[in-house]
Amino acid sequence: MNAPIVMQAKGLVKRYGQVTALDGADFELRAGEILAVIGDNGAGKSSLIKALSGATVPDDGEILLDGRPVQFKSPIDARRAGIETVYQDLAVAPAMTIAENLFLGREIRRPGILGDIFRMLDKKKMLAESIARMQDLKVGIRSMTQAVETLSGGQRQCVAVARAAAFAQHVVIMDEPTAALGVKEGNMVLELIRRVRDKGLPVVLISHNMPHVFEIADRIHVARLGRRAAVLNPKKISMSDTVAVMTGAMRPEDIPQECLA
Amino acid sequence: MSSSFKDKLPPLGTLGPFIALLVACAFFATQNERFLSGGNFSLILQQVAVVGVIAIGQTLIILTAGIDLSCGMVMALGGIVMTKFATELGLPPVLAVLCGIGVTTLFGLVNGLLVTKIKLPPFIVTLGTLNIAFAITQLYSNSQTVTDLPPLLTALGNTFGIGDTQVSYGTVLMLLLYGAAFFVLRETAAGRHVYAVGNNAEATRLVGIPTQKVLLGVYVIAGVFYGIASLLSVARTGVGDPNAGQTENLDAITAVVLGGTSLFGGRGIILGTLVGALIVGVFRNGLTLMGVSSIYQVLVTGILVILAVAADQLSRKGAR
Repeated sequence: MNAPIVMQAKGLVKRYGQVTALDGADFELRAGEILAVIGDNGAGKSSLIKALSGATVPDDGEILLDGRPVQFKSPIDARRAGIETVYQDLAVAPAMTIAENLFLGREIRRPGILGDIFRMLDKKKMLAESIARMQDLKVGIRSMTQAVETLSGGQRQCVAVARAAAFAQHVVIMDEPTAALGVKEGNMVLELIRRVRDKGLPVVLISHNMPHVFEIADRIHVARLGRRAAVLNPKKISMSDTVAVMTGAMRPEDIPQECLA
Repeated sequence: MSSSFKDKLPPLGTLGPFIALLVACAFFATQNERFLSGGNFSLILQQVAVVGVIAIGQTLIILTAGIDLSCGMVMALGGIVMTKFATELGLPPVLAVLCGIGVTTLFGLVNGLLVTKIKLPPFIVTLGTLNIAFAITQLYSNSQTVTDLPPLLTALGNTFGIGDTQVSYGTVLMLLLYGAAFFVLRETAAGRHVYAVGNNAEATRLVGIPTQKVLLGVYVIAGVFYGIASLLSVARTGVGDPNAGQTENLDAITAVVLGGTSLFGGRGIILGTLVGALIVGVFRNGLTLMGVSSIYQVLVTGILVILAVAADQLSRKGAR
């Protein structure tokens, strides 16, 4: 449990007019873990994630990636720094093929004149790499040339997760990846998230779904009132105590020491 | 099980227009022996060239889930500008043509800026620029036809022979432009991004593609195509006509829709648009050869459009 810290935030502050969404929030993500981020509505969970993924710029505080301070002005900055985000609402282009979706915005061009002057895409290479990446993650989808809209919701989310995993150098952030899915489909995505972690990429998982969180998280970051209330060990603490911490029914200082992580 | 076989077949939306064109050709061939001649096909292509080139720009815009109602009027303005600049201002013909294309491109830029920067719906924006372009065309030309053009402005109307058939250079230019658009849309990242924006603009933005630039670029490039169509129109009629573009305006949208491009964006192929334009052209030509009054041609076009949109809507429901 003392793996090096990959991503860290110190004293993040974010205000929206009168509302203080983040009030000095800290955050630590360690190498090779799945860190669940939970919190009631308005606890500062999504503001924290938005700051980490570059979707908003915090008013104060700092973010460190591999120990170096970083400043993200947009999701594109975060992506360039090696942080990929998966959103809950199935962020794919439905009429385009799986291979095209995987390489959207990161297309590979043909070598030589065809690529440099005629800007021609290397579809064969992208297809081959798509197949390799999906096999690597054991996603059982027959053909990479079928349109994403022919897939089930869970399979579509697997495409989004695979895209993030394929291109993330440091961190994959998943914002409620199973919220829009049924039970079986959700489990399929959970299994994939676990494989992403096992390949060495740390995962930040935002979820409302306690059974999912307890099933796959290595540690649980509880957000409350714009701060980090506690980081819990799901193997030691019960689900109901976790909810108690999240809602404020149990004070952080009353949590037994062995339940912290 | 059967779905793996179905995957390999192009969807009906892609094949439908080709089948419709073949059926229409077969029907008119039985009605009039002159229909199937090379000369008649060359004539159809010439008649289709102006609408066909406008429809390339229109396809790009509709692929992004937009629409351009101003295309025909902007094309007419471009024609007036290039003919007036060449005759009254005495500009060298090449420069006059470039000025005309510049004006249509400027209209594309204005449409694009209003859609991307002020986030106005394309329907409303282009309804406005439709009227603006029409008014400027009438004011600048005094509603008078511009005649006595230098030969270069009508050069695209000239023909060359393939066997017994005379083919116009304008037809060749149209086919080349379709080839270029086909290549860019299919084989380059920029082209795929046009589809991506029409498919899911938010997801496209989140993967780091500058969607606003893609949209703006599409409207500007559409303006360039309208300018080229201006030149084709001038070459075909031999004059600068302030009343040009009035049927082309909706015919271009008709061609796109008949060609299987979805009005909801993100789906369609550019060669379908060429087929759509040819369907309109074949119906006009075939019905004329049968001696059917032109008002019935308009009626048939209207019915075809509704059928095409209905097919699009139903196939989308099936996909989900």
